Amino acid sequence: MDPDTMTDPADISKHLLAATEAAASLDALEVVRVEALGKQGRVTQLLKTLGGMSPEERLANGPAIHALREAVTAAIAARKAHLEQVALDAQLASEALDMTLPVDAVAPGTIHPVSQVMDEMAEIFADLGFAVATGPEIEDDWHNFSALNIPETHPARAMQDTFYLEPKAKAAGDGQGPSSDGGGFAADADRAKPEPPMVLRTHTSPVQIRTMLAQKPPIRIIAPGRVYRSDWDATHTPMFHQIEGLVIDKGITLGHLKWTLETFLKAFFERDDIVLRLRPSYFPFTEPSAEVDVGWTMVDGRKRLGGSEGWMELLGSGMVHPRVIAACGLDPAEWQGFAFGVGVDRLAMLKYGMDDLRPFFEADVRWLKHHGFSALDVPTLSGGVGASA
Amino acid sequence: MKFTLSWLKDHLDTEASLDAIVDALTRAGLEVEGVEDPGARLAGFRVARVLSAERHPQADKLQVLSVDAGADVNGGGPVQVVCGAPNARAGLVGVFGLPGATVPANGMVLRVAAIRGVESNGMMCSTRELELGDDHDGIIELAADAPVGAAFADHAGLTDAVIDVSVLPNRPDCMGVRGIARDLAALGLGTLKPLAAEPVAGEGAGPDVRTDDPAGCPAFYAQGVTGVSNGAAPDWMARRLRAIGQKPISALVDITNYLTIDLGRPLHVYDKAKLTGGLVARKATAGEQVLALNGRTYALAETMTVIADDAQVHDIGGIMGGEHSGVSDATTDVVIECAYFDPDSIARTGQKLQLTSDARSRFERGVDPAFLDAGLAIATRMVIEACGGAATGVTRAGKPPLAMRSHAYDPALAETLGGLAIPAARQRAILESLGFAVADDWRVTPPTWRPDVDGPADLVEEVIRIEGIEKVAPVPLPRDPGVARPTATPLQKLERRARRAAAARGLDEAVTWSFINARDAALMGGAAWTVANPISEELKVMRPSLLPGLLSAAARNLRQGADGVRLFELGRRYLAEGERVTLGVVLAGDRRPRDWREGKSAGFDAYDAKAEALALLAAAGAPVENLAVMGEAGAAFHPGRSGTLRLGPKTVLAAFGALHPGIARAFDLPAGVAAAEVYLDAIPARRGKDGFARAPYAPPALQPVRRDFAFVVPTDVTAEALTRAVKGADKAAIVRARVFDVFTGAGVEEGRKSVAVEVVLQPGEKSFTEAELKAIADKVIAAAAKQGAVLRG
Repeated sequence: MDPDTMTDPADISKHLLAATEAAASLDALEVVRVEALGKQGRVTQLLKTLGGMSPEERLANGPAIHALREAVTAAIAARKAHLEQVALDAQLASEALDMTLPVDAVAPGTIHPVSQVMDEMAEIFADLGFAVATGPEIEDDWHNFSALNIPETHPARAMQDTFYLEPKAKAAGDGQGPSSDGGGFAADADRAKPEPPMVLRTHTSPVQIRTMLAQKPPIRIIAPGRVYRSDWDATHTPMFHQIEGLVIDKGITLGHLKWTLETFLKAFFERDDIVLRLRPSYFPFTEPSAEVDVGWTMVDGRKRLGGSEGWMELLGSGMVHPRVIAACGLDPAEWQGFAFGVGVDRLAMLKYGMDDLRPFFEADVRWLKHHGFSALDVPTLSGGVGASA
Repeated sequence: MKFTLSWLKDHLDTEASLDAIVDALTRAGLEVEGVEDPGARLAGFRVARVLSAERHPQADKLQVLSVDAGADVNGGGPVQVVCGAPNARAGLVGVFGLPGATVPANGMVLRVAAIRGVESNGMMCSTRELELGDDHDGIIELAADAPVGAAFADHAGLTDAVIDVSVLPNRPDCMGVRGIARDLAALGLGTLKPLAAEPVAGEGAGPDVRTDDPAGCPAFYAQGVTGVSNGAAPDWMARRLRAIGQKPISALVDITNYLTIDLGRPLHVYDKAKLTGGLVARKATAGEQVLALNGRTYALAETMTVIADDAQVHDIGGIMGGEHSGVSDATTDVVIECAYFDPDSIARTGQKLQLTSDARSRFERGVDPAFLDAGLAIATRMVIEACGGAATGVTRAGKPPLAMRSHAYDPALAETLGGLAIPAARQRAILESLGFAVADDWRVTPPTWRPDVDGPADLVEEVIRIEGIEKVAPVPLPRDPGVARPTATPLQKLERRARRAAAARGLDEAVTWSFINARDAALMGGAAWTVANPISEELKVMRPSLLPGLLSAAARNLRQGADGVRLFELGRRYLAEGERVTLGVVLAGDRRPRDWREGKSAGFDAYDAKAEALALLAAAGAPVENLAVMGEAGAAFHPGRSGTLRLGPKTVLAAFGALHPGIARAFDLPAGVAAAEVYLDAIPARRGKDGFARAPYAPPALQPVRRDFAFVVPTDVTAEALTRAVKGADKAAIVRARVFDVFTGAGVEEGRKSVAVEVVLQPGEKSFTEAELKAIADKVIAAAAKQGAVLRG
């Protein structure tokens, strides 16, 4: 049947729906739309015939004609959406890029193991009520030795090979270092006097003295920082890091020291099987003094802390010597406590599996990337103070 | 300190095993650093008999031996060995090293090898090769009935374990075997044997000795022995000295060395024939010298105590004897010195002369002042036993400081200080076993050999040490009641934030030496502190800046093939006025690598350094919006491409810029290096006086309005000057003014630049009218004009 001569809505519907479905492009579909719904369109023409009909005829033919219009309109809309989708798909397909190309060429930065481990220790000790104290690295002889009960000729001074500083020749500026009213250790009145021999502190213990002089007991502090000894071989560097611990209170005993170190080391290594062995030792500034060994177990040919197959020396400690307490203006009959000092670099090596100290200070980016930590590995008690490999 | 097990048993009657002894020593604070089995070094060496010795066909001085080395070697058959020793002969019984054995003297492993064409299956050894003596003239000759095939170590009795104990500096008593035995007895591992020390009755007057320096040498005792014959020391003594690594010299010398180790009692023996007149302990006079027994000449100072005769100095008192009056094989008459030297004086002299000796290490810690007579008697007896001769009388010049201070002790301290409850009776027993006198009222007097004990805390240490410090039980530190408060100071928090911000920005944290070389420091303006005894010239002065360490590190990394290096360090600068906590940044190499999007790689410039400085200051809590960029960044930087960030005109919070080309050259760095220093301790602490709550926030009701202005300004007008002027034009309306384009060249007059500024206006209650906007724009243009800016047509 010739479409042009069709008058039956059913025929027209069949024809238009077929034409809609057959439209292969939006342009072709537009032709169909005009043929059907344009001013001269077949559906439009049919709708117009309704005006000339009698009410009875309209009642008889109207629903079919309206249904035709709705069906055709819907079919064209659906076809249009389909064709648009196809066109979009084709466009997107043509826009495809190689998603394997590299991005973000700059590697993330790192935190040095020494800093990471110091932050970890600050976190653990904060939980035990210890504040973090600091002191100058260029120390006077009194704070570094004399106040710590190390008299001038004591053999202990020979134990620590000390770097001495030449007397300050000039008030040399740094050329760029601005003077400022903030921070630093410039405020220390002792520093203005040129007389006492100055040394690079050989341990963090002078911070004990400075803390006891500056604040009233009870005292609980840790003092991390750089220390210096004239020693350089596979296991010693002339600069390294220590952390000092000090508790001054009433009724503190060696038992508290043992518990504190045990608690700290268990938390630090996140191991419940850490075993400590105290050995009597000698430090001029503690009495009694104890060297602390920590037990290890051989696992896959490597020493792992925990258990007690063998022992390694880890730190020095003891009850603060009454003379040291007295040197700080406190009454040793009233106040007593303990102190300990431990190598930060050493703890970092033991925890994070480094076997050579020297690269710590070589700033080799390859080493830093390998052994450093993410900025986001902030040690917290809830998230754990250790950063997993 | 080293000694052997049998030596220890001279003083300690014990059934305890070596392991038990070693364990007890370590637990009591006498850490055993090693136990050496001398037999192990001689494994593979055995007693063997030479069956025949024939001339080597190719060498006059060599012989070809046939050796019986026991039933298990070569099936009991003879072994062929080439040997160069002149005393090698048929019938000799000596020491044979099997192939595979290691020669102690040189570490050589013996192998089957052809020597001048003749196969040799081992080696006949000399005393020196086995480190048993110096003799190398021939091979060892054992008794003819020595058991062929036996392990040589067993046959020679070289099985006495050598124990090496690290003696703490406060324990001079344990620098003698007897002191160690005493501790072991107190630890319950046996009984201390009595020490025979009866005086040796002598004939006639004692040696002519006196002390004129009662401070340095309070007591100088001496006894003479006449008619001695100084030969080799007795075998048992030589063997023990050798076992602990000392070389036997002669009986007289070895006796003093032996007693130094055995009793911690250094002595000196003078050859009387070489003395002119009597001996006196006195202070040295300026300019005096002495040739010491170590072959070196020492210039003496007036503070040092010496022993001299009428002619010259013979001894650096308590440290080392002199060569001139040392004993020899020809010595017949001797003076044995047993003196007490002041520990401090010895320490000072030893430090000044940089001279260490076994004597010094004992005297400076304090030898037993009550042991002078006994020490002298034991030495005299040993000399007579080994060398013959007759004793003279004893001279006792001066008085040793015998008085020991007693201490009031409360046995409760063991628990209240040491954390270990020990019954008072047990404490008394421990102290008495160590030689302390404990009165009924608990006044405790240390023995004369324990100068280290000076108070109750020391007594607590003694009882805990012997009872067992491992018995101290852990006791939790009481927790402070109440809520946790931050324990870090504001500066510490600021440091942590800056450090983590830097790492988050892609910088790697370095830790470099606090000391640098003087040249690098001079480039930064000079160091305030110089190390008097540096470990090397590279680590000589305290750094006035973090940059030299980081620049050196950057150069090293680039040489190792790194493309881009972004390093930071958070540490101190050491200035005359004090130590300043500073964060240094160095950016070197590629800012980013070649990239398919961005194209070629690029170096760093001053703005990269500025970006780091600002970001780190912001992270540290500095008010970055209030900072002014000013000059004077310092000698490290390109003078025209650097700046300081200041809070007010004086407080410099950071310096940044492109590295000065001269500095780059000095550090062997390529172009394109930028650096910054952030002075963390200059950043004012945040006040936070209202606690945690922030000011209420009311979002503006109306949208901001943006207006762009293009100005032409003289080249030397800074972006900051222009934008500050623009912002100041209407402080109520203008909330931001920012340069978004800078242009010079075509269309812009020489000496001028085109600067485009985006101005953001924030309306308040109601929108700006056109007239208001026009008025603001006019004010902006007028303000800019004061900076020499002309609106671009």
